[in-house]
Amino acid sequence: MLTKIRMRLALRNRAFIFFILIFPMALLFLFLGLVGRHRPEAVPYLLASVLALTVMGSFWGLSVQLVTFREQGILRRFRLAPVGAGALLASSILSNYLMTLPTVFLEFAIAREIYGLRSWGNILGIVLLVTLGIVAFAALGLIVASVTNTMHETQIINQILWWGFLGLSGATLPLPMLPNWIQTLSAFQPATYLVTGLERVMVGQVSVLTVLPEILALALSAIIAFVISQQLFRWEPEAKVGRSAKLWAATAVIPFLLLGVWESASGRLMNDARQDYRSMDPTALINSSN
Amino acid sequence: MTAIIEVENLTKRYGDVQALRGVSFSVQEGEVFGLLGPNGAGKTSTVEILEGLRPPDGGRVSVCGLDPRTTGDAFKQKIGAVLQSTALPDKIRVDEALGLFGSFYDQHRDTATLLKRFGLEEKRRAFYSQLSGGQKQRLALAMSLVNEPSVVFLDEPTAGLDPQVRREIYDIIEELKKERKTILITTHYIEEAERLCDRVAIVDQGKVIAQGTPRELKAGSAGTSRIELRLARPEPDGALGRLEGVAACRFTDGVYILHSHKVPQTIVSLVKHLEAEGNELASLEIAAPTLEDVFLELTGRRLRD
Repeated sequence: MLTKIRMRLALRNRAFIFFILIFPMALLFLFLGLVGRHRPEAVPYLLASVLALTVMGSFWGLSVQLVTFREQGILRRFRLAPVGAGALLASSILSNYLMTLPTVFLEFAIAREIYGLRSWGNILGIVLLVTLGIVAFAALGLIVASVTNTMHETQIINQILWWGFLGLSGATLPLPMLPNWIQTLSAFQPATYLVTGLERVMVGQVSVLTVLPEILALALSAIIAFVISQQLFRWEPEAKVGRSAKLWAATAVIPFLLLGVWESASGRLMNDARQDYRSMDPTALINSSN
Repeated sequence: MTAIIEVENLTKRYGDVQALRGVSFSVQEGEVFGLLGPNGAGKTSTVEILEGLRPPDGGRVSVCGLDPRTTGDAFKQKIGAVLQSTALPDKIRVDEALGLFGSFYDQHRDTATLLKRFGLEEKRRAFYSQLSGGQKQRLALAMSLVNEPSVVFLDEPTAGLDPQVRREIYDIIEELKKERKTILITTHYIEEAERLCDRVAIVDQGKVIAQGTPRELKAGSAGTSRIELRLARPEPDGALGRLEGVAACRFTDGVYILHSHKVPQTIVSLVKHLEAEGNELASLEIAAPTLEDVFLELTGRRLRD
């Protein structure tokens, strides 16, 4: 019931429709229309980027919604009822997931019908990465909502993180085209695992086992981010964030520090990224001096 | 009868402000109990502690035999509440809000019945943002009863509403009273407390300064009656306060309000005084004391000062 109502509320909200449908569709036509036209071999790679951006969009809507609910005192009314923070947060993630799926289907359908996508890729791999990706990014958004005190603060932090995710993941400019230091940094944040994982299962059509590190990275960040968002959850508009809460939020970074160190040492992530990038243009200049 | 709400020596501090300084009272099952006091007296703090929304600093609280802070959902199943300001998402429809909140409870009332009872049938498909103040408050009341609660908390349920709407809300509360629901209501409206409450605790500066039935409280107010009068010419300060039997005197909006425990003597000395001064009475009214007078007598201030 809660999830159903959350979905209805979201569908009545213009900003939400923009993030969940219009923005991803605009990206799809921009990427595939500009770069992928008449080049079906490049379509899977480009679609992987669009898909990753669609998934990462979950991050925006939920943080803004949670802060609005708290600031307006709506959460207080929920607090009087026997419903816990976990149920409220889980329902917002679930409703967001269910509403993102049609966009994902639509993206595949358009890529196939208009831009000549030949294969669906490894469907199980795509489903796993998209699902875990949405949960992870939605939960990260909920953490942002809980460590900020006002909508203004939320918007600023969202912008910083969003551009970090975008610029340092290969979702916009392919990683192999970027300088070495950005390639190294990219291994320290979740978006890269989503982007590279999707590229692998869609372009390389590799097995789920091959992208296991990406799947585990996203699963881990989904679980940790959800637990933290539950720990930091605040019902009252006037309750301010404590210092310990900010430390809690910082623990969300730890798995990515470890992953980043491991990936930098093994070079696996970047090798994969380069391999998939070649699919688009075999003669492309790739910054592989790393 | 057994006490369904028990509050003992409750204290609460926000930074430098001591909001509650040892509040104690108890509410019997089936009773409508009022916390009457000016803004900032500590009424909302008390109610929010009872609802489990705030932790007390000290003292003991029990509602339906449960501690609101430690019994969580079991406690929430038993209570209903209207917050001082209820907020719902703008784009939720009236019937959706009732259905959603009903779904949180083990047992809940049917949405259609609630809509009918609270006169919201026509508005059932309206968005929350499209409702008037009175309709929003009726929805808040309906939501507070969705789980057939044993105890209902109403925090300033008519504040900010116009008199017509306020009377509508009174009618609803009076119906609940007939059903023998236990209700704790906070208010700074005298008429609300006198009309609706079986018993009232007068709260001021974080303390209960008097409690009893409205009748007991008024009878206990040193037996003073209120004499309201207008004069042809204003009187010098304090002259009327020295008349026989007058306990207190104040002047507001051109009206002198005297509190007297010997009304006939006061009237006689008033007439003599006016004659001597060459002044005349423009109007005179004698009224039994209200809870406002009780409050004034106890604190030296008016409720809405």
